[in-house]
Amino acid sequence: MKAVCWEGTNDIRVERVPDPAILNPRDAIVRVTSTAICGSDLHLMDGFIPTMQAGDVLGHEFMGEVVEVGRSVRTLAKGDRVIVPFPIACGQCWFCTHDFWALCDNSNPTPSVTQALYGFPSGALFGYSHMMGGYAGGQAQYVRVPYADVGPFKVPDYLSDEQVLFLTDIFPTGYMAAENCDIREGDTVAVWGCGPVGQFAIRSAFLLGAGRVIAIDTVPERRRMATEAGAEVLDSMRNDVFHSLKTMTGGIGPDACIDAVGMEAHGAHVDYWYDKAKTMTLLATDRASALRQAIHCCRKGGVVSIPGVYGGFVDKVPVGAAFAKGVTIRMGQTHVHKYLPRLLRYIENGDIDPSFVVTHREPLDEAPRLYRTFRDKQDGCIKVVLKPH
Amino acid sequence: MQTHVKWTTWLPVVAAGAVTAYAFTRRQTQRANGHGTGVIADQGSDTRQQLGGASGIHVEEAVTVNRSLPDVFRFWRNFENLPTFMQHLESVAEREGGITHWVAKGPAGTRVEWDARIINEIDNKLIGWQSLDGSTVSTAGSVNFRESPRGTEVRVHLQYNPPAGRLGAAVAWLFGEEPNLQVREDLRRFKQLIETGEIPTTDGQPRGGRR
Repeated sequence: MKAVCWEGTNDIRVERVPDPAILNPRDAIVRVTSTAICGSDLHLMDGFIPTMQAGDVLGHEFMGEVVEVGRSVRTLAKGDRVIVPFPIACGQCWFCTHDFWALCDNSNPTPSVTQALYGFPSGALFGYSHMMGGYAGGQAQYVRVPYADVGPFKVPDYLSDEQVLFLTDIFPTGYMAAENCDIREGDTVAVWGCGPVGQFAIRSAFLLGAGRVIAIDTVPERRRMATEAGAEVLDSMRNDVFHSLKTMTGGIGPDACIDAVGMEAHGAHVDYWYDKAKTMTLLATDRASALRQAIHCCRKGGVVSIPGVYGGFVDKVPVGAAFAKGVTIRMGQTHVHKYLPRLLRYIENGDIDPSFVVTHREPLDEAPRLYRTFRDKQDGCIKVVLKPH
Repeated sequence: MQTHVKWTTWLPVVAAGAVTAYAFTRRQTQRANGHGTGVIADQGSDTRQQLGGASGIHVEEAVTVNRSLPDVFRFWRNFENLPTFMQHLESVAEREGGITHWVAKGPAGTRVEWDARIINEIDNKLIGWQSLDGSTVSTAGSVNFRESPRGTEVRVHLQYNPPAGRLGAAVAWLFGEEPNLQVREDLRRFKQLIETGEIPTTDGQPRGGRR
């Protein structure tokens, strides 16, 4: 089959690889009908996530048709149309049974790295480095799905791929980011980053009752897409974000701040160059200007919610400001499984049509080019959907 | 930590036959049960003395399993299950009178074999055993089971004294440079197996690049 493979930093290729096979009794094989490139895939391309190996198959946003199931799988059958959550969860450990699906204790076959790095082993993800389990991803014609009686979620035929595909990651990720804000009716939520996750965070904040959403990005078409959802927008290259947010909120500051940017923030401020210098000289691993600003701008007693991915170490995080203001900080990989029934209902009710975010539709073969287009924010690129067949 | 750091530690570390020796460090003052071995141990005594003092290797590791105490105990007590999650263990056979025969895979196709005796067993609480006098491997061990708010806590104590010579090298190989790690990985597999019915793997999945 054809698959998108990571061959090194800035070296993404489409290759012929063997078809996946059932390896464990609870596996299934899914024929991928649509798969997307995630902003977090760009961290892999850019070499920000360690433990990638040449030849790793990428992709954690994918859906398709079940073509084979292992002998222990009773809840799925050939022909089922499913979306597959990006975290791999066993469904039976303490964490899964308490809705911490992304923190599954059992799914990671190579837990030693995260155990050493983070104190405890992380759950596994599709196509996201060997510290996250080393599972082959779904930017391919076929994919093996472990714990297939837990992850794959059946979707109705009358909804198109593009309407349900983003249930795999970015819709629940934006939604959890907004839910973590403890939004009360009429609250003001500021969102750093109007990429795909930021777009879903904006819409989710409104679904959860926010009165205003103020979205911050440097890219005009992304700000435009944010305004289409009813957000007010700021350009961090032109506006003084702190001053603007403060005056827009009558001197109080936003009730909640969402960092939908993560470890590869770009910025015009001195801290961006500070981070850039430190990461280039290996003294730090992540660039965190969005996070710093989010903490600084948040109102007293507010919430900072972080769906953006961080992998290692940052410094100059204003912990003093967070402490002095009594800010709550929430973060983490998305517990996708927990949100699926709720979010599918929003889609079925017409409260949201996630296909709004798609700007590029191309065959799988074009993946290497589209990784670059997406990373460089060229051609108005916000979200890429690849068709493997 | 940066992009091109070589990670070798993450490689799934082969668990040695941790069972080669589950040490019996906290001995209970109860009469053993089930096999009539009738050992009464002193509270607080330590197998390190029996195994020649502090020269032996002692390991303690614990894991919490999200299953009921009786389920967890029963799975472990059926010693034939042990090789399914202890990677270097080839077989465990139960014989008369609480004697068990252990076979572990050594380096380069060799085998390490020994007999052990169950010296203590309390249902849903404890299994302790010790190698027979004159055995090639001098070892003792215990597994304690306890209910916790998060499931069932399984705590392994393990003590062994590698013999001299080639056999000693084989035993050292079994446990690697970090005996704790071997036991921890075995316990992780135990938890995975009993909670999910399988041990996660990516061996045999597709990949590109050099083939």
